[in-house]
Amino acid sequence: MFSIARCLVMRDLLLAWRRKGDVGTALLFFVIVASLFPLGVGAEPNLLRAIAPGVIWVAALLSSMLSLSRLFAADHADGTLEQMLLGAAPLGVVVAAKAAAHWLVAGLPLVAIAPLIALQYDVSPALYPVLALSLLLGTPVLSLVGAVGAALTLGLRGGGVLLALLVLPLDVPILVMGAGSVEVAAAGLSPAGQLLLLGAALVVAATFTPWAIAAALRISIE
Amino acid sequence: MLEAIELECERGGRKLFRGLSLALGAGERLRIVGPNGSGKTSLLRILCGLLAPAAGEVRWQGRSIESLREEYARHLVYLGHAPAIKDDLSAAENLAIACTLAGRSASSAEISGALERFGLGGSAAPTRRLSQGQRKRAALARLPLSAQAPLWLLDEPYAALDTAAARTVDSLVQAHAASGGAVVFTTHQEAGIPGAKVLELEGSLRV
Repeated sequence: MFSIARCLVMRDLLLAWRRKGDVGTALLFFVIVASLFPLGVGAEPNLLRAIAPGVIWVAALLSSMLSLSRLFAADHADGTLEQMLLGAAPLGVVVAAKAAAHWLVAGLPLVAIAPLIALQYDVSPALYPVLALSLLLGTPVLSLVGAVGAALTLGLRGGGVLLALLVLPLDVPILVMGAGSVEVAAAGLSPAGQLLLLGAALVVAATFTPWAIAAALRISIE
Repeated sequence: MLEAIELECERGGRKLFRGLSLALGAGERLRIVGPNGSGKTSLLRILCGLLAPAAGEVRWQGRSIESLREEYARHLVYLGHAPAIKDDLSAAENLAIACTLAGRSASSAEISGALERFGLGGSAAPTRRLSQGQRKRAALARLPLSAQAPLWLLDEPYAALDTAAARTVDSLVQAHAASGGAVVFTTHQEAGIPGAKVLELEGSLRV
């Protein structure tokens, strides 16, 4: 069972490696969206410092949304998804592996790039670890919750927009806690509360969403 | 081994078949024929559990396949219309992944042997560069590695194949049946599989 999960993660990473362009566009999108705000809002350091956590988190949200619509669509189109449903591992394990691979490709790089973006906003370097940690805990939740939406909208026309409408509202608590943790730390308080809540959200999402994704896929594939 | 009881299938508000029962024992081959849109693919998808029938039940060794799920999946190989081939991976990589997904580990010697049988040995090019027929062969190369799975469900295994590859499929199916497996397949062409039972779907039922 775990060899199947590992095989799927490795396969998705290999596919991403062979199609570097797809991964690159999502990351570049994150960088560009986050860089547009200083240009639009103006170079007032206090204002930029205040909006930085929120802007970075919203950009991360949108960037992970970009690649979500392809999460199951490619496997659905070429018939691999049917083979996954008929595979030897429970579907919940299979979709958890897919979500994990999505996070490794679309979420983890954001954690690494975010401090560079924060530099543009003149965020104090002492806050970088908090920002990175909040993204490290929050982006897997975005992948898991997004995968539920991707499974539900699989095969629908205009599924991409519907997916965003379904998933973005569900991501609001993550956004609030993620951006909040950095703001609290900037105010000189301990961000532990928000970060622990993010961790709890991750545990809940990792426990329950795989079964929701599996159920949604079974409906979509009929 | 495989039993279907009073199956009914409805797609897009149209009844495709009703009251369809069939039983398949070890060593039997069943060929499903019928015009386009008569529900051949739907029947295969119902038999492998991807599609829930509107009424009726499919049983594997006396137990409903819905209660068996992954246990049933271990006993079958389903090759659908779409070849389940990733364009960016080579035929060997595709085959290795397909085998792992199905819960069987295949050594690289077995994999290249299976590809060799379908004339794809030694090609490391991504399958994107292969022709339609070659991709179909790459998908069918799972069959020589799937002898342990007693039930084969093949949707249009002969589509896009040349005569030589079609003969390879014939011999694989015959060998599988001879060793006690069961095979269900759909086809438009005259298949070279003597002794196969034929199930004819007539097209949409008028209700």
